[in-house]
Amino acid sequence: MSKEFILTVEDVSKEFDGFKAISNLNFYLDRGEMRVVIGPNGAGKSTFFDLLTGRTKPDTGRIEFGRDTDLTKLNEYEINRLGIGRKFQTPSVYVDHTVLENLLLSLKGSRGVFAAIFNRTTPAQRDRIADLLKLIRLESKRDLLAGRLAHGEKQWLEIGMLLAQDPELLLVDEPAAGMTDEETHRTGELLISLAGRHSLIVVEHDMTFVRQIAQDRKITVLHQGSVLCEGRFEEVQGNPKVREVYLGRGKLSK
Amino acid sequence: MPSASDTTVIRAGMLRRIPGAFEYSVVAALAVAVIVVLPCLNAFTAPASWCHVSDFSINLYGKYLSYAVLAISVDLLWGYTGLLSLGQCLFFSLGGYALGMHLMLMIGKLGQYHSDLPDFMVFLGYPRLPSHWVPFRHFWFAAAAVIWVPACVALIFGFLAFRSRIRGVYFAILTQALTYASCLLFFRNDFTFGGNNGLTDFKFLVGYDLRNPATQRGLYICTSILLLGTYLMCKWLTKTKFGKVQRAVRDSENRVLFSGYATANFKLFVFVLSAVIAALAGALYVPQVGIINPSEMAPDKSLEAVVWVAVGGRGTLVGPILGAIFVNALKSWATRAYPDLWLIILGALFMIVVLFLPGGIVSLPGQIAAWRRRKAPAPAAAAPGPNADPKPQSNATKAARTSP
Repeated sequence: MSKEFILTVEDVSKEFDGFKAISNLNFYLDRGEMRVVIGPNGAGKSTFFDLLTGRTKPDTGRIEFGRDTDLTKLNEYEINRLGIGRKFQTPSVYVDHTVLENLLLSLKGSRGVFAAIFNRTTPAQRDRIADLLKLIRLESKRDLLAGRLAHGEKQWLEIGMLLAQDPELLLVDEPAAGMTDEETHRTGELLISLAGRHSLIVVEHDMTFVRQIAQDRKITVLHQGSVLCEGRFEEVQGNPKVREVYLGRGKLSK
Repeated sequence: MPSASDTTVIRAGMLRRIPGAFEYSVVAALAVAVIVVLPCLNAFTAPASWCHVSDFSINLYGKYLSYAVLAISVDLLWGYTGLLSLGQCLFFSLGGYALGMHLMLMIGKLGQYHSDLPDFMVFLGYPRLPSHWVPFRHFWFAAAAVIWVPACVALIFGFLAFRSRIRGVYFAILTQALTYASCLLFFRNDFTFGGNNGLTDFKFLVGYDLRNPATQRGLYICTSILLLGTYLMCKWLTKTKFGKVQRAVRDSENRVLFSGYATANFKLFVFVLSAVIAALAGALYVPQVGIINPSEMAPDKSLEAVVWVAVGGRGTLVGPILGAIFVNALKSWATRAYPDLWLIILGALFMIVVLFLPGGIVSLPGQIAAWRRRKAPAPAAAAPGPNADPKPQSNATKAARTSP
């Protein structure tokens, strides 16, 4: 396809024991774009991220990163090294390490065994960590064990860990889960500030949050493993098919 | 501006290490006591003297210390990387066999059959020494084999297991199967390693008579130096970024994997390293006890090593050492006092630790302090949170560290 897409997903299908988690999915993401992906439970959002990050391999179809890097042939850490970072739905941080160490381990750089043994932190890396701590507002908790952070703070730390890798594409799964309204709003601001420099795909359920970050951006609605519709927030909200999918499952679209 | 934040980062790092300085001074004092004082008390005091340490005791302590090294190797896997290996004694035994083969060939014509061949080969009717035994005449070949044989076994097994992403209980079962299979293999007479009886009746090691107390004292000193070296090496390693990745793999392997680390390589490195550590312990154990046979590879031996670590305190380096010494001292006493009850005592001890002291012996001071604080009239807000964490021990130490 066109050279401008940072991510090209074409005719991708994935079946688990007869269940079609993803069927003929087509998805294109521009460089620097932030896309919000919504969809009812079981729409295939998590499987979609699994396919992008190498956790599972598609049965058919192609997934390309940038101009011509085939992601279906690579595993998790190879894909990450290309510049694709993933934030999990449940915050996963290293609970027995301090906030600082969590970021240190995530910093872009060599990932080899022997490099890790003889690694020394450079002043540039310390500066980078200081900046990140400021960005995720955890400066005062730098030396606290990550396991002792509040749920929302863990989410922020994980976003910080993602940013430490300096990825081109960020895959963010429900970043606002378990956050207070104020924290959610700040998370939204953070994500908006990242768009442009990074490309982002954000999976989210909270419609207030979706409205905040989507603004005039394109939203993709997934349903039964394929794209139900794409468009701006109001268009998606007004789409009868979307209403049916959400209402039909006993869920109100706000 | 950046320099100010730099120094605070560095200072914070140093602050966190101050308890380490205390630990090092304790370790240094103990090292002097174990490496210098005990052997001197054995060598230079009269047997009747109150402070004399008998040859028997020195030999026994040497055995405990080699178990302590084995325990560290278990903990490096289990406590630090989250890999529960139930087959660590395989590597311990392989190290023991490698040196044992050399010791067998050093018996010369002093064996029962006065032959150049080891005794078991004579009565099994071997015409000559099997070719893979021949290079073990050279001490340095055997010493190298102590390292590379277990390392290769661990490398191959670990490569296959970690590449297939075998984790948790499945890894534990597989390691147990590996050691059991090896045990059965070594039991066979035609496997050329002495079958059921294994290798025994050793006489000389690099020219020194193993029946001489001075030689045994030397082996004891070697073992304690190995323990100190292993401790310091692991202490250093766990402080490096590698050590941090190790613990990150334990706590959230997916996060590490999705952060660009090939976790399989890290796990493989730790697996091979701990195999080598266990093998070195085994190689020093064998000349001190005078025998190595396949029962050392039996799964229950490896399980026992896991119990030492649990009792001492996993995820620490002092814990396994204390655990190995404590449980084995208890075993020495109990198997004499209550020979039939030992396994019940061991099982009860394990259950008590799991239920009431999940952090092991090393967490005892912290637990007592927490208990005192709870009993104190003013309820200080220092309660260390819900203890549902799978690693409450490290929590407890960290809590102790952060509280003034």
